[in-house]
Amino acid sequence: MIELSDYLTVAAILFSISMAGIFINRKNLIILLMCIELMLLAVNINFIAFSHFLGNADGQIFVFFILTVAAAEAAIGLALLVVLFRHRQTINVATLDELRG
Amino acid sequence: MNFIHPQFSLALPEMILLGMISIILIADLFISDKGRVVTYLMTQATLVLAAIATAAVMGADVALSFNGHFIIDPLASLTKLFIYLVSMVAFAYSRSYLIERDMYRGEYFVLGLTAVLGMMVLASAHSLLTLYLGLELLSLSLYAMVGLRRDSSQAAEAAMKYFVLGAMASAMLLYGMSMIYGATGTLNLWEIRDAVAEGSGHSLVLIFGLVFLMVGVAFKLGAAPFHMWVPDVYHGAPTSVTLFLSSAPKLAAFVLMIRLLVDALPALASAWSDMLVIIAVLSIVLGNVIAIAQLNIKRMLAYSGISHIGFLLLGVLSATPEGYAAAFYYAIVYAIMSLGGFAMVLVMSRQGFEADELSDYAGLNERSPIIALMMLFIMFSMAGVPPLLGFWAKLAVIQAIVAVEYYQLAVLAVLFSVVGAFYYLRVIRIIYFDKPTERRELKPANDLKVIFIANAMLVLLLGLFPESLMNLCQSAFIY
Repeated sequence: MIELSDYLTVAAILFSISMAGIFINRKNLIILLMCIELMLLAVNINFIAFSHFLGNADGQIFVFFILTVAAAEAAIGLALLVVLFRHRQTINVATLDELRG
Repeated sequence: MNFIHPQFSLALPEMILLGMISIILIADLFISDKGRVVTYLMTQATLVLAAIATAAVMGADVALSFNGHFIIDPLASLTKLFIYLVSMVAFAYSRSYLIERDMYRGEYFVLGLTAVLGMMVLASAHSLLTLYLGLELLSLSLYAMVGLRRDSSQAAEAAMKYFVLGAMASAMLLYGMSMIYGATGTLNLWEIRDAVAEGSGHSLVLIFGLVFLMVGVAFKLGAAPFHMWVPDVYHGAPTSVTLFLSSAPKLAAFVLMIRLLVDALPALASAWSDMLVIIAVLSIVLGNVIAIAQLNIKRMLAYSGISHIGFLLLGVLSATPEGYAAAFYYAIVYAIMSLGGFAMVLVMSRQGFEADELSDYAGLNERSPIIALMMLFIMFSMAGVPPLLGFWAKLAVIQAIVAVEYYQLAVLAVLFSVVGAFYYLRVIRIIYFDKPTERRELKPANDLKVIFIANAMLVLLLGLFPESLMNLCQSAFIY
Protein backbone atom coordinates (compact mmCIF):
# COMPACT_ATOMS: atom_id res chain seq x y z
CA MET A 1 0.00 0.00 0.00
CA ILE A 2 1.31 3.41 -0.95
CA GLU A 3 0.90 5.85 1.93
CA LEU A 4 0.02 9.55 1.79
CA SER A 5 3.51 10.41 2.99
CA ASP A 6 5.02 8.63 -0.04
CA TYR A 7 3.07 10.85 -2.42
CA LEU A 8 4.01 13.94 -0.45
CA THR A 9 7.68 12.94 -0.52
CA VAL A 10 7.63 12.52 -4.30
CA ALA A 11 5.93 15.90 -4.67
CA ALA A 12 8.44 17.55 -2.33
CA ILE A 13 11.35 16.03 -4.29
CA LEU A 14 9.92 17.22 -7.61
CA PHE A 15 9.33 20.69 -6.14
CA SER A 16 12.91 20.83 -4.84
CA ILE A 17 14.33 19.68 -8.18
CA SER A 18 12.44 22.39 -10.03
CA MET A 19 13.46 25.01 -7.48
CA ALA A 20 17.10 23.97 -7.79
CA GLY A 21 16.69 24.06 -11.56
CA ILE A 22 15.57 27.67 -11.46
CA PHE A 23 18.50 28.80 -9.34
CA ILE A 24 21.29 26.63 -10.75
CA ASN A 25 20.38 26.87 -14.43
CA ARG A 26 22.40 29.69 -16.04
CA LYS A 27 22.18 28.65 -19.66
CA ASN A 28 18.72 28.26 -21.07
CA LEU A 29 15.47 30.11 -20.50
CA ILE A 30 13.38 27.23 -21.83
CA ILE A 31 14.68 25.03 -19.02
CA LEU A 32 13.50 27.74 -16.62
CA LEU A 33 10.00 27.53 -18.09
CA MET A 34 10.11 23.75 -17.76
CA CYS A 35 11.09 24.08 -14.11
CA ILE A 36 8.11 26.37 -13.47
CA GLU A 37 5.84 23.80 -15.10
CA LEU A 38 7.35 21.05 -12.97
CA MET A 39 6.71 23.08 -9.81
CA LEU A 40 3.01 23.31 -10.65
CA LEU A 41 2.86 19.58 -11.37
CA ALA A 42 4.44 18.83 -8.01
CA VAL A 43 1.70 20.87 -6.38
CA ASN A 44 -0.88 18.92 -8.37
CA ILE A 45 0.42 15.63 -6.97
CA ASN A 46 0.06 17.11 -3.49
CA PHE A 47 -3.52 18.16 -4.11
CA ILE A 48 -4.57 14.85 -5.63
CA ALA A 49 -2.93 12.82 -2.87
CA PHE A 50 -4.62 14.87 -0.15
CA SER A 51 -7.90 14.78 -2.02
CA HIS A 52 -7.79 10.98 -2.29
CA PHE A 53 -6.81 10.33 1.31
CA LEU A 54 -9.27 12.90 2.72
CA GLY A 55 -12.09 11.56 0.54
CA ASN A 56 -12.85 15.11 -0.58
CA ALA A 57 -13.11 16.13 -4.25
CA ASP A 58 -12.18 19.82 -3.80
CA GLY A 59 -8.49 19.17 -4.33
CA GLN A 60 -9.04 17.40 -7.65
CA ILE A 61 -11.16 20.28 -8.91
CA PHE A 62 -8.41 22.67 -7.90
CA VAL A 63 -6.00 20.62 -10.03
CA PHE A 64 -8.12 21.17 -13.14
CA PHE A 65 -7.87 24.91 -12.60
CA ILE A 66 -4.13 24.73 -12.01
CA LEU A 67 -3.64 22.80 -15.25
CA THR A 68 -5.64 25.41 -17.17
CA VAL A 69 -3.76 28.32 -15.64
CA ALA A 70 -0.44 26.56 -16.26
CA ALA A 71 -1.31 26.33 -19.96
CA ALA A 72 -2.07 30.07 -20.10
CA GLU A 73 1.12 30.78 -18.20
CA ALA A 74 3.21 28.71 -20.59
CA ALA A 75 1.68 30.59 -23.53
CA ILE A 76 2.65 33.96 -22.08
CA GLY A 77 6.08 32.71 -21.05
CA LEU A 78 6.88 31.44 -24.54
CA ALA A 79 5.55 34.65 -26.12
CA LEU A 80 7.88 36.70 -23.93
CA LEU A 81 10.70 34.32 -24.82
CA VAL A 82 10.13 34.95 -28.53
CA VAL A 83 10.16 38.73 -27.99
CA LEU A 84 13.36 38.44 -26.01
CA PHE A 85 15.00 36.20 -28.63
CA ARG A 86 14.22 38.71 -31.39
CA HIS A 87 16.16 41.37 -29.47
CA ARG A 88 19.11 39.34 -28.24
CA GLN A 89 19.39 36.40 -30.67
CA THR A 90 20.02 34.23 -27.62
CA ILE A 91 18.03 32.75 -24.75
CA ASN A 92 20.96 32.50 -22.38
CA VAL A 93 19.92 33.45 -18.84
CA ALA A 94 23.29 35.10 -18.20
CA THR A 95 22.57 37.74 -20.86
CA LEU A 96 19.62 39.10 -18.90
CA ASP A 97 21.77 41.82 -17.37
CA GLU A 98 20.77 45.08 -19.05
CA LEU A 99 18.78 46.15 -16.00
CA ARG A 100 20.91 46.55 -12.92
CA GLY A 101 21.98 49.18 -10.44
CA MET B 1 -24.53 16.46 -3.32
CA ASN B 2 -27.14 19.19 -3.66
CA PHE B 3 -26.62 22.14 -5.95
CA ILE B 4 -27.50 25.53 -4.46
CA HIS B 5 -28.32 28.19 -6.98
CA PRO B 6 -25.69 30.94 -6.53
CA GLN B 7 -26.72 34.52 -5.95
CA PHE B 8 -25.41 35.92 -9.22
CA SER B 9 -26.34 39.53 -8.42
CA LEU B 10 -23.50 39.78 -5.89
CA ALA B 11 -20.99 39.30 -8.71
CA LEU B 12 -22.62 41.96 -10.88
CA PRO B 13 -19.53 44.24 -11.03
CA GLU B 14 -17.34 41.33 -12.17
CA MET B 15 -19.88 40.30 -14.79
CA ILE B 16 -20.16 43.84 -16.13
CA LEU B 17 -16.42 44.10 -16.38
CA LEU B 18 -16.06 40.75 -18.13
CA GLY B 19 -18.83 41.62 -20.59
CA MET B 20 -17.31 45.00 -21.35
CA ILE B 21 -13.83 43.48 -21.81
CA SER B 22 -15.24 41.21 -24.51
CA ILE B 23 -17.09 44.08 -26.15
CA ILE B 24 -14.04 46.37 -26.12
CA LEU B 25 -11.81 43.60 -27.47
CA ILE B 26 -14.11 43.11 -30.48
CA ALA B 27 -15.06 46.76 -30.95
CA ASP B 28 -11.40 47.75 -31.03
CA LEU B 29 -10.89 45.63 -34.16
CA PHE B 30 -13.19 47.98 -36.08
CA ILE B 31 -11.70 51.19 -34.73
CA SER B 32 -9.00 52.96 -36.74
CA ASP B 33 -5.93 54.43 -35.06
CA LYS B 34 -7.50 57.89 -35.21
CA GLY B 35 -10.61 56.79 -33.37
CA ARG B 36 -8.71 55.00 -30.61
CA VAL B 37 -10.08 57.51 -28.14
CA VAL B 38 -13.33 55.51 -28.30
CA THR B 39 -11.56 52.48 -26.81
CA TYR B 40 -10.09 54.70 -24.13
CA LEU B 41 -13.46 56.23 -23.25
CA MET B 42 -15.14 52.82 -23.21
CA THR B 43 -12.46 51.62 -20.78
CA GLN B 44 -13.09 54.53 -18.44
CA ALA B 45 -16.87 54.10 -18.77
CA THR B 46 -16.50 50.41 -17.87
CA LEU B 47 -14.75 51.31 -14.65
CA VAL B 48 -17.44 53.87 -13.81
CA LEU B 49 -20.17 51.28 -14.46
CA ALA B 50 -18.38 48.73 -12.31
CA ALA B 51 -18.08 51.31 -9.54
CA ILE B 52 -21.82 52.00 -9.68
CA ALA B 53 -22.57 48.27 -9.57
CA THR B 54 -20.18 47.79 -6.66
CA ALA B 55 -21.83 50.62 -4.75
CA ALA B 56 -25.22 49.01 -5.45
CA VAL B 57 -24.30 45.54 -4.11
CA MET B 58 -22.28 47.00 -1.26
CA GLY B 59 -23.87 46.65 2.15
CA ALA B 60 -22.80 46.73 5.73
CA ASP B 61 -23.50 43.01 5.91
CA VAL B 62 -21.37 40.13 4.81
CA ALA B 63 -22.85 38.05 2.02
CA LEU B 64 -21.52 34.80 0.58
CA SER B 65 -22.29 33.32 -2.82
CA PHE B 66 -21.08 30.66 -5.27
CA ASN B 67 -21.00 27.98 -2.59
CA GLY B 68 -18.88 30.08 -0.26
CA HIS B 69 -16.23 30.86 -2.87
CA PHE B 70 -17.22 34.50 -3.20
CA ILE B 71 -17.74 37.11 -0.51
CA ILE B 72 -19.05 40.66 -0.40
CA ASP B 73 -17.95 42.43 2.76
CA PRO B 74 -16.93 46.03 3.44
CA LEU B 75 -13.27 45.21 2.85
CA ALA B 76 -14.01 43.70 -0.58
CA SER B 77 -16.28 46.55 -1.68
CA LEU B 78 -14.02 49.33 -0.45
CA THR B 79 -10.95 47.75 -2.02
CA LYS B 80 -12.77 47.41 -5.33
CA LEU B 81 -13.87 51.05 -5.28
CA PHE B 82 -10.32 52.21 -4.65
CA ILE B 83 -9.01 49.87 -7.34
CA TYR B 84 -11.39 51.43 -9.90
CA LEU B 85 -10.37 54.92 -8.85
CA VAL B 86 -6.65 54.20 -9.00
CA SER B 87 -6.95 52.35 -12.32
CA MET B 88 -8.97 55.16 -13.88
CA VAL B 89 -6.32 57.67 -12.88
CA ALA B 90 -3.59 55.33 -14.14
CA PHE B 91 -5.29 54.96 -17.56
CA ALA B 92 -5.84 58.71 -17.77
CA TYR B 93 -2.16 59.34 -17.00
CA SER B 94 -0.96 56.85 -19.57
CA ARG B 95 -2.95 58.17 -22.55
CA SER B 96 -0.54 60.81 -23.82
CA TYR B 97 2.49 58.65 -22.99
CA LEU B 98 1.03 55.83 -25.07
CA ILE B 99 0.21 58.11 -28.02
CA GLU B 100 3.77 59.46 -28.12
CA ARG B 101 5.25 55.97 -28.12
CA ASP B 102 2.97 54.30 -30.61
CA MET B 103 1.53 52.05 -27.90
CA TYR B 104 -1.95 53.58 -27.96
CA ARG B 105 -3.71 50.34 -28.84
CA GLY B 106 -6.70 48.39 -27.65
CA GLU B 107 -4.55 45.64 -26.12
CA TYR B 108 -3.19 47.97 -23.48
CA PHE B 109 -6.65 48.84 -22.20
CA VAL B 110 -8.02 45.30 -22.48
CA LEU B 111 -5.06 43.90 -20.55
CA GLY B 112 -5.46 46.66 -17.98
CA LEU B 113 -9.12 45.78 -17.54
CA THR B 114 -8.42 42.04 -17.19
CA ALA B 115 -5.89 42.95 -14.51
CA VAL B 116 -8.62 44.96 -12.78
CA LEU B 117 -10.95 41.96 -13.08
CA GLY B 118 -8.30 39.78 -11.48
CA MET B 119 -7.96 42.25 -8.63
CA MET B 120 -11.75 42.28 -8.15
CA VAL B 121 -11.89 38.48 -7.97
CA LEU B 122 -9.01 38.60 -5.50
CA ALA B 123 -10.78 41.20 -3.38
CA SER B 124 -13.96 39.12 -3.21
CA ALA B 125 -12.26 35.73 -2.91
CA HIS B 126 -13.37 33.53 -0.10
CA SER B 127 -11.64 30.25 -0.88
CA LEU B 128 -8.11 29.26 -1.79
CA LEU B 129 -9.33 28.51 -5.32
CA THR B 130 -10.75 31.97 -6.04
CA LEU B 131 -7.73 33.60 -4.42
CA TYR B 132 -5.45 31.68 -6.77
CA LEU B 133 -7.53 32.36 -9.88
CA GLY B 134 -7.81 36.09 -9.12
CA LEU B 135 -4.10 36.33 -8.48
CA GLU B 136 -3.21 34.55 -11.71
CA LEU B 137 -5.58 36.64 -13.81
CA LEU B 138 -3.93 39.73 -12.36
CA SER B 139 -0.37 38.47 -12.76
CA LEU B 140 -0.75 37.10 -16.29
CA SER B 141 -2.21 40.41 -17.49
CA LEU B 142 0.63 42.33 -15.86
CA TYR B 143 3.35 40.12 -17.42
CA ALA B 144 1.89 40.88 -20.83
CA MET B 145 1.56 44.59 -20.08
CA VAL B 146 5.21 44.87 -19.01
CA GLY B 147 6.28 43.21 -22.26
CA LEU B 148 3.86 45.20 -24.41
CA ARG B 149 6.52 47.46 -25.82
CA ARG B 150 8.00 44.98 -28.22
CA ASP B 151 10.64 47.30 -29.68
CA SER B 152 12.30 47.75 -26.31
CA SER B 153 14.92 45.23 -25.30
CA GLN B 154 14.73 46.45 -21.70
CA ALA B 155 10.99 45.89 -21.50
CA ALA B 156 11.38 42.34 -22.83
CA GLU B 157 14.00 41.60 -20.21
CA ALA B 158 11.88 43.12 -17.45
CA ALA B 159 8.86 41.09 -18.54
CA MET B 160 10.87 37.86 -18.59
CA LYS B 161 12.27 38.47 -15.12
CA TYR B 162 8.83 39.38 -13.80
CA PHE B 163 7.33 36.31 -15.40
CA VAL B 164 9.87 33.81 -14.06
CA LEU B 165 9.90 35.18 -10.52
CA GLY B 166 6.15 35.78 -10.47
CA ALA B 167 5.36 32.28 -11.69
CA MET B 168 7.72 30.84 -9.10
CA ALA B 169 5.99 32.89 -6.38
CA SER B 170 2.60 31.61 -7.53
CA ALA B 171 3.89 28.04 -7.39
CA MET B 172 5.19 28.60 -3.84
CA LEU B 173 1.84 30.04 -2.83
CA LEU B 174 0.08 27.03 -4.36
CA TYR B 175 2.37 24.62 -2.54
CA GLY B 176 1.44 26.36 0.69
CA MET B 177 -2.24 26.20 -0.24
CA SER B 178 -1.98 22.46 -0.90
CA MET B 179 -0.51 21.97 2.59
CA ILE B 180 -3.26 24.04 4.21
CA TYR B 181 -5.84 22.04 2.27
CA GLY B 182 -4.21 18.79 3.35
CA ALA B 183 -4.17 19.80 7.01
CA THR B 184 -7.76 21.05 7.16
CA GLY B 185 -9.56 19.22 4.33
CA THR B 186 -11.29 22.30 2.95
CA LEU B 187 -10.65 25.23 0.61
CA ASN B 188 -13.15 27.63 2.20
CA LEU B 189 -11.42 30.30 4.28
CA TRP B 190 -13.84 30.26 7.21
CA GLU B 191 -13.93 26.46 7.32
CA ILE B 192 -10.14 26.51 7.40
CA ARG B 193 -10.32 28.98 10.29
CA ASP B 194 -12.74 26.77 12.21
CA ALA B 195 -10.77 23.59 11.53
CA VAL B 196 -7.55 25.23 12.74
CA ALA B 197 -9.30 26.63 15.84
CA GLU B 198 -10.66 23.20 16.74
CA GLY B 199 -7.15 21.86 16.50
CA SER B 200 -8.14 19.23 13.97
CA GLY B 201 -5.40 20.38 11.59
CA HIS B 202 -1.88 18.99 11.94
CA SER B 203 0.04 21.92 13.29
CA LEU B 204 3.36 21.00 11.68
CA VAL B 205 1.79 20.74 8.23
CA LEU B 206 -0.03 24.02 8.84
CA ILE B 207 3.15 25.88 9.77
CA PHE B 208 4.94 24.33 6.80
CA GLY B 209 2.13 25.54 4.54
CA LEU B 210 2.12 28.97 6.18
CA VAL B 211 5.81 29.48 5.39
CA PHE B 212 5.20 28.85 1.70
CA LEU B 213 2.12 31.10 1.70
CA MET B 214 4.19 33.83 3.28
CA VAL B 215 6.94 33.55 0.66
CA GLY B 216 4.34 33.79 -2.10
CA VAL B 217 2.59 36.79 -0.57
CA ALA B 218 5.88 38.60 0.11
CA PHE B 219 6.92 38.05 -3.53
CA LYS B 220 3.65 39.49 -4.80
CA LEU B 221 3.87 42.48 -2.47
CA GLY B 222 7.50 43.03 -3.36
CA ALA B 223 8.82 42.85 0.21
CA ALA B 224 12.44 42.04 1.06
CA PRO B 225 14.04 39.48 0.87
CA PHE B 226 11.79 38.61 -2.09
CA HIS B 227 12.07 41.99 -3.76
CA MET B 228 14.66 41.25 -6.49
CA TRP B 229 12.15 41.68 -9.30
CA VAL B 230 10.78 45.05 -8.17
CA PRO B 231 13.57 47.46 -9.27
CA ASP B 232 14.24 45.66 -12.55
CA VAL B 233 10.59 45.46 -13.55
CA TYR B 234 9.81 49.05 -12.55
CA HIS B 235 12.87 50.23 -14.44
CA GLY B 236 12.40 48.19 -17.59
CA ALA B 237 8.64 48.48 -18.03
CA PRO B 238 7.16 51.43 -19.95
CA THR B 239 6.55 54.17 -17.36
CA SER B 240 2.77 54.10 -17.76
CA VAL B 241 2.78 50.36 -16.99
CA THR B 242 5.08 50.90 -14.02
CA LEU B 243 2.63 53.46 -12.71
CA PHE B 244 -0.25 51.00 -12.95
CA LEU B 245 1.81 48.09 -11.62
CA SER B 246 2.94 49.96 -8.53
CA SER B 247 -0.47 51.24 -7.47
CA ALA B 248 -3.64 49.15 -7.77
CA PRO B 249 -2.06 45.64 -7.59
CA LYS B 250 -0.53 46.55 -4.21
CA LEU B 251 -4.06 47.03 -2.86
CA ALA B 252 -5.01 43.63 -4.26
CA ALA B 253 -1.91 41.98 -2.77
CA PHE B 254 -2.77 43.54 0.58
CA VAL B 255 -6.24 41.97 0.46
CA LEU B 256 -4.68 38.64 -0.53
CA MET B 257 -2.58 38.81 2.61
CA ILE B 258 -5.52 39.78 4.83
CA ARG B 259 -7.68 36.97 3.44
CA LEU B 260 -5.01 34.33 3.91
CA LEU B 261 -3.62 35.39 7.26
CA VAL B 262 -6.49 37.11 9.04
CA ASP B 263 -9.59 35.43 7.61
CA ALA B 264 -8.21 31.90 7.29
CA LEU B 265 -5.38 31.55 9.80
CA PRO B 266 -6.01 33.88 12.75
CA ALA B 267 -5.14 31.01 15.10
CA LEU B 268 -1.57 31.07 13.79
CA ALA B 269 -1.23 34.83 14.38
CA SER B 270 1.77 34.42 16.68
CA ALA B 271 3.61 32.45 13.98
CA TRP B 272 2.89 34.73 11.02
CA SER B 273 3.38 37.85 13.09
CA ASP B 274 6.97 36.77 13.83
CA MET B 275 7.63 36.07 10.16
CA LEU B 276 6.21 39.46 9.21
CA VAL B 277 8.51 41.20 11.70
CA ILE B 278 11.54 39.86 9.81
CA ILE B 279 10.10 40.71 6.39
CA ALA B 280 9.03 44.20 7.48
CA VAL B 281 12.40 45.07 9.08
CA LEU B 282 14.36 43.82 6.07
CA SER B 283 12.08 45.74 3.68
CA ILE B 284 12.33 49.00 5.57
CA VAL B 285 16.10 48.78 6.00
CA LEU B 286 17.03 47.49 2.55
CA GLY B 287 14.51 49.66 0.69
CA ASN B 288 15.58 52.90 2.30
CA VAL B 289 19.33 52.25 2.25
CA ILE B 290 19.60 51.02 -1.34
CA ALA B 291 17.32 53.79 -2.63
CA ILE B 292 20.00 56.32 -1.62
CA ALA B 293 22.41 54.85 -4.15
CA GLN B 294 20.00 55.03 -7.09
CA LEU B 295 20.47 57.57 -9.87
CA ASN B 296 17.51 56.37 -11.91
CA ILE B 297 14.29 57.78 -10.50
CA LYS B 298 12.20 54.73 -11.42
CA ARG B 299 14.61 52.48 -9.54
CA MET B 300 14.66 54.92 -6.64
CA LEU B 301 10.88 54.87 -6.46
CA ALA B 302 10.97 51.06 -6.68
CA TYR B 303 13.21 50.81 -3.62
CA SER B 304 11.13 53.43 -1.87
CA GLY B 305 8.10 51.24 -2.69
CA ILE B 306 9.80 48.27 -1.01
CA SER B 307 10.27 50.32 2.15
CA HIS B 308 6.65 51.50 2.02
CA ILE B 309 5.53 47.87 1.83
CA GLY B 310 7.64 47.26 4.93
CA PHE B 311 5.72 50.00 6.74
CA LEU B 312 2.44 48.52 5.55
CA LEU B 313 3.44 45.14 7.00
CA LEU B 314 4.02 46.78 10.39
CA GLY B 315 0.28 47.37 10.58
CA VAL B 316 -0.56 43.78 9.68
CA LEU B 317 1.93 42.20 12.07
CA SER B 318 0.34 43.93 15.04
CA ALA B 319 -2.54 41.42 14.51
CA THR B 320 -5.21 43.81 15.80
CA PRO B 321 -8.17 45.25 13.85
CA GLU B 322 -6.69 48.73 14.35
CA GLY B 323 -3.45 47.50 12.83
CA TYR B 324 -5.22 46.02 9.79
CA ALA B 325 -7.13 49.28 9.32
CA ALA B 326 -3.85 51.21 9.53
CA ALA B 327 -2.27 48.88 6.97
CA PHE B 328 -5.27 49.26 4.66
CA TYR B 329 -4.96 53.01 5.02
CA TYR B 330 -1.27 52.74 4.20
CA ALA B 331 -2.00 50.65 1.11
CA ILE B 332 -4.45 53.25 -0.22
CA VAL B 333 -2.14 56.14 0.62
CA TYR B 334 0.78 54.38 -1.01
CA ALA B 335 -1.28 53.77 -4.16
CA ILE B 336 -2.13 57.48 -4.37
CA MET B 337 1.45 58.61 -3.72
CA SER B 338 2.89 56.07 -6.11
CA LEU B 339 0.57 57.31 -8.86
CA GLY B 340 1.93 60.79 -8.23
CA GLY B 341 5.55 59.63 -8.03
CA PHE B 342 5.58 57.86 -11.39
CA ALA B 343 3.40 60.57 -12.91
CA MET B 344 6.36 62.89 -12.27
CA VAL B 345 8.30 60.80 -14.77
CA LEU B 346 5.38 60.84 -17.22
CA VAL B 347 5.01 64.62 -16.96
CA MET B 348 8.70 65.14 -17.68
CA SER B 349 9.00 62.65 -20.51
CA ARG B 350 8.24 63.36 -24.14
CA GLN B 351 8.66 61.55 -27.41
CA GLY B 352 12.09 59.92 -27.46
CA PHE B 353 12.97 61.07 -23.94
CA GLU B 354 12.11 59.01 -20.87
CA ALA B 355 13.20 61.44 -18.13
CA ASP B 356 14.10 58.62 -15.78
CA GLU B 357 17.48 59.93 -14.59
CA LEU B 358 17.57 62.13 -11.51
CA SER B 359 19.73 64.68 -13.36
CA ASP B 360 16.88 65.23 -15.86
CA TYR B 361 15.03 67.05 -13.09
CA ALA B 362 17.73 69.66 -12.47
CA GLY B 363 16.35 73.17 -12.14
CA LEU B 364 12.81 72.13 -12.94
CA ASN B 365 11.54 75.00 -10.82
CA GLU B 366 12.76 77.50 -13.42
CA ARG B 367 11.05 75.63 -16.22
CA SER B 368 7.67 75.08 -14.57
CA PRO B 369 7.18 76.33 -10.99
CA ILE B 370 3.71 74.80 -10.60
CA ILE B 371 4.81 71.28 -11.53
CA ALA B 372 7.89 71.64 -9.35
CA LEU B 373 5.65 72.57 -6.41
CA MET B 374 3.39 69.54 -7.00
CA MET B 375 6.45 67.27 -7.09
CA LEU B 376 7.53 68.84 -3.81
CA PHE B 377 4.20 67.83 -2.23
CA ILE B 378 4.49 64.25 -3.45
CA MET B 379 8.09 63.84 -2.34
CA PHE B 380 7.39 65.36 1.10
CA SER B 381 4.37 63.09 1.43
CA MET B 382 6.46 59.99 0.63
CA ALA B 383 9.06 61.13 3.14
CA GLY B 384 6.31 61.43 5.75
CA VAL B 385 6.43 65.17 6.42
CA PRO B 386 3.32 66.51 8.20
CA PRO B 387 0.67 67.60 7.31
CA LEU B 388 0.81 65.61 4.04
CA LEU B 389 -0.93 62.31 3.56
CA GLY B 390 2.12 60.07 3.92
CA PHE B 391 2.72 61.31 7.45
CA TRP B 392 -0.70 60.12 8.70
CA ALA B 393 -0.20 56.71 7.15
CA LYS B 394 3.17 56.27 8.87
CA LEU B 395 1.72 57.59 12.12
CA ALA B 396 -1.18 55.12 11.96
CA VAL B 397 1.00 52.03 11.51
CA ILE B 398 3.48 53.16 14.16
CA GLN B 399 0.61 53.74 16.60
CA ALA B 400 -0.62 50.23 15.82
CA ILE B 401 2.70 48.61 16.71
CA VAL B 402 3.19 50.77 19.79
CA ALA B 403 -0.25 49.62 20.97
CA VAL B 404 1.00 46.01 20.99
CA GLU B 405 4.28 47.08 22.62
CA TYR B 406 6.74 46.51 19.77
CA TYR B 407 8.75 49.53 20.89
CA GLN B 408 12.08 48.61 19.26
CA LEU B 409 10.30 48.11 15.96
CA ALA B 410 8.65 51.51 16.22
CA VAL B 411 12.00 53.19 16.94
CA LEU B 412 13.58 51.42 13.98
CA ALA B 413 10.73 52.45 11.68
CA VAL B 414 11.08 56.10 12.70
CA LEU B 415 14.88 56.04 12.30
CA PHE B 416 14.70 54.59 8.83
CA SER B 417 12.00 56.98 7.71
CA VAL B 418 14.56 59.68 8.55
CA VAL B 419 17.10 57.85 6.37
CA GLY B 420 14.41 57.69 3.68
CA ALA B 421 13.80 61.42 3.92
CA PHE B 422 17.35 61.93 2.64
CA TYR B 423 16.72 60.67 -0.89
CA TYR B 424 13.30 62.28 -1.21
CA LEU B 425 14.77 65.61 -0.17
CA ARG B 426 17.60 65.08 -2.64
CA VAL B 427 15.04 65.05 -5.47
CA ILE B 428 13.64 68.33 -4.15
CA ARG B 429 17.14 69.82 -3.95
CA ILE B 430 17.78 68.82 -7.55
CA ILE B 431 14.49 70.36 -8.67
CA TYR B 432 14.94 73.64 -6.82
CA PHE B 433 18.67 74.31 -6.46
CA ASP B 434 20.53 72.62 -9.29
CA LYS B 435 21.28 74.46 -12.52
CA PRO B 436 18.96 73.32 -15.30
CA THR B 437 20.69 71.43 -18.11
CA GLU B 438 18.05 72.48 -20.61
CA ARG B 439 15.98 75.65 -20.77
CA ARG B 440 13.11 74.60 -22.94
CA GLU B 441 9.75 75.13 -21.32
CA LEU B 442 8.02 72.03 -20.00
CA LYS B 443 4.79 71.35 -21.90
CA PRO B 444 3.02 68.18 -20.80
CA ALA B 445 -0.34 67.29 -22.37
CA ASN B 446 -3.17 69.21 -20.76
CA ASP B 447 -5.06 66.21 -19.33
CA LEU B 448 -1.82 64.86 -17.89
CA LYS B 449 -1.02 68.17 -16.24
CA VAL B 450 -4.50 68.62 -14.77
CA ILE B 451 -4.64 65.11 -13.32
CA PHE B 452 -1.12 65.44 -11.94
CA ILE B 453 -2.03 68.66 -10.14
CA ALA B 454 -5.27 67.10 -8.86
CA ASN B 455 -3.30 64.06 -7.65
CA ALA B 456 -0.80 66.18 -5.75
CA MET B 457 -3.52 68.41 -4.30
CA LEU B 458 -5.32 65.26 -3.13
CA VAL B 459 -2.18 64.29 -1.23
CA LEU B 460 -2.26 67.70 0.43
CA LEU B 461 -6.03 67.89 1.09
CA LEU B 462 -6.40 64.34 2.41
CA GLY B 463 -3.41 65.14 4.59
CA LEU B 464 -5.15 68.20 6.03
CA PHE B 465 -8.33 66.21 6.68
CA PRO B 466 -7.13 62.67 7.40
CA GLU B 467 -10.10 61.45 9.48
CA SER B 468 -12.57 60.69 6.68
CA LEU B 469 -10.32 58.23 4.85
CA MET B 470 -9.16 56.68 8.14
CA ASN B 471 -12.74 56.14 9.30
CA LEU B 472 -13.54 54.49 5.99
CA CYS B 473 -10.62 52.10 6.44
CA GLN B 474 -11.65 51.28 10.00
CA SER B 475 -15.19 50.48 8.85
CA ALA B 476 -13.72 47.63 6.78
CA PHE B 477 -12.38 45.88 9.86
CA ILE B 478 -15.26 46.02 12.31
CA TYR B 479 -16.34 42.47 12.95
